[in-house]
Amino acid sequence: MTSDDFVGYAVPALTLGFGLFVWEGVVRYFAIPPYLLPAPSVIISTLFTDWPTLSSSLWVTLSITLKALIAAVIGSVTLAIIFAQSRLVERAFYPFAVAMQVTPIVAIAPLLLIYLSPTVAVLVCAFLVAFFPLLANTTLGLSSADHNLVDLFNMYRASRLQQFMLLRLPSALPYFLAGLRISGGLALIGAIVAEIAAGSAGQGSGLAYRIVESGFRLNIPRMFAALLLISIAGITIHVFLTALSHWLLSDWHESERGRES
Amino acid sequence: MTKVVTFPSPGGPVPSKARAPALATFKQVDKVFANEVTALTGLDLEIRTGEFLALLGPSGCGKSTVLRLLTGLAEPTRGEIVWGCERPQFGFVFQEPTLTPWSDVFTNVWLPLRLAGVSKHEARTRIEEALAQVGLSGFAKAYPRQLSGGMKMRVSIARALVTRPSVLLMDEPFAALDEITRLKLNDDLADLQASLSATVVFVTHSVFESVYLADRIVVMAARPGRAFAEINVEAPPIRREGFRLTATYADTCRRTSNALHEAMGEAAPSELME
Repeated sequence: MTSDDFVGYAVPALTLGFGLFVWEGVVRYFAIPPYLLPAPSVIISTLFTDWPTLSSSLWVTLSITLKALIAAVIGSVTLAIIFAQSRLVERAFYPFAVAMQVTPIVAIAPLLLIYLSPTVAVLVCAFLVAFFPLLANTTLGLSSADHNLVDLFNMYRASRLQQFMLLRLPSALPYFLAGLRISGGLALIGAIVAEIAAGSAGQGSGLAYRIVESGFRLNIPRMFAALLLISIAGITIHVFLTALSHWLLSDWHESERGRES
Repeated sequence: MTKVVTFPSPGGPVPSKARAPALATFKQVDKVFANEVTALTGLDLEIRTGEFLALLGPSGCGKSTVLRLLTGLAEPTRGEIVWGCERPQFGFVFQEPTLTPWSDVFTNVWLPLRLAGVSKHEARTRIEEALAQVGLSGFAKAYPRQLSGGMKMRVSIARALVTRPSVLLMDEPFAALDEITRLKLNDDLADLQASLSATVVFVTHSVFESVYLADRIVVMAARPGRAFAEINVEAPPIRREGFRLTATYADTCRRTSNALHEAMGEAAPSELME
């Protein structure tokens, strides 16, 4: 193991372990009751005992997040391609996209819950949050092809389609993937926020609803267990999208290029 | 308005290429950009079939615009370009390698043929031939980021050669390279031009590079861009490193340098020394 690996993995693991150890110790030493602050060991055991409920909730939240992300990818890439064809269309639609982005999702959720069924409303919220970073990045990417290469394509009389497929799309890929990494995390946040808003309507069954429900019942260990699952889900999405980005760009892009020693 | 001074050369045979038929003739060409910057005014320039023509001048003299006008990427605002035959097939090399980083060397060189609808399989022989011409056989699978600056430039030249162009246009192709790589590429380019018997129009702001490579040098002046002087290089078409030590080389460099300084409105360095 090199010193870089040690700094990269061992140090964060050690500090995390030490933090948990202190937490456990403080709870035990001061005999803090679990409805105020449960010890890490209690949270883990709750995770196992409540696994049937929690796992089905995890699945609900994850499936909403993924559906929203996929919808956001399809929608934003389509719209970005349309924007790239016509400056006029971009000018016409951009205000809507920006308005959607700057309005806090918590503020829109109650309205959506009136218009739509809770499940669809949660999905739409997650979609709205994930949509804009993807749109902005992909639009930028499609217009940032090297101008000398654009000249070269014109010189060899490339068709619009050839120029798009062989030049603009690949040029946009790093920008799109950067947007995807942001949107992956945001889709989860959007889903959770909307579930909490919908939770009071009594229809949800995702992880955020479990947190609200456990709060009412003062089941603090279960709240922590649900929180832990949300964090793990977020980390997993991030790691997966980072790996995807690395896999797609490792051959060529500077951002994925290791320093040669 | 434009004064074309032909600097006298001290004797010696006139290279045969001087009498070659014109490939393209610029007749009083003006180019004004959309932002009202005048790139060229009243440019008269003849490009002869098979010659190695260097366009030498300070930045802003419209050297690159001449290349863009030749390829048809830009149209003259006034005046015309008369072609000696039908518009030829061009190869173009930019100052930067301008490769697509997401594809390997083979696919990069394939690009011009691919855009013309030639399949990878059909193009293979010609791609391998072009890579061999620039000394990069065996690098087909490499990605641009794995190559040095000089090698990337070679890929860029191979891409320009793959269509077997009769005219090679080069826009300061070696300006961003280090001196050693640059000298090596100069030699290789000279060999390549001799073996292809293609016409080369080579834009540069290096006096030494232009004298070493070209049959004829057109010195351009800036603001507005125009042809200022023309210098014939009285030397054998194929030159070797030793040419840099000859009196002809030194003399031509001095004359070219004087013309360039005059084009920039400064005193010639040789006059300053006297």
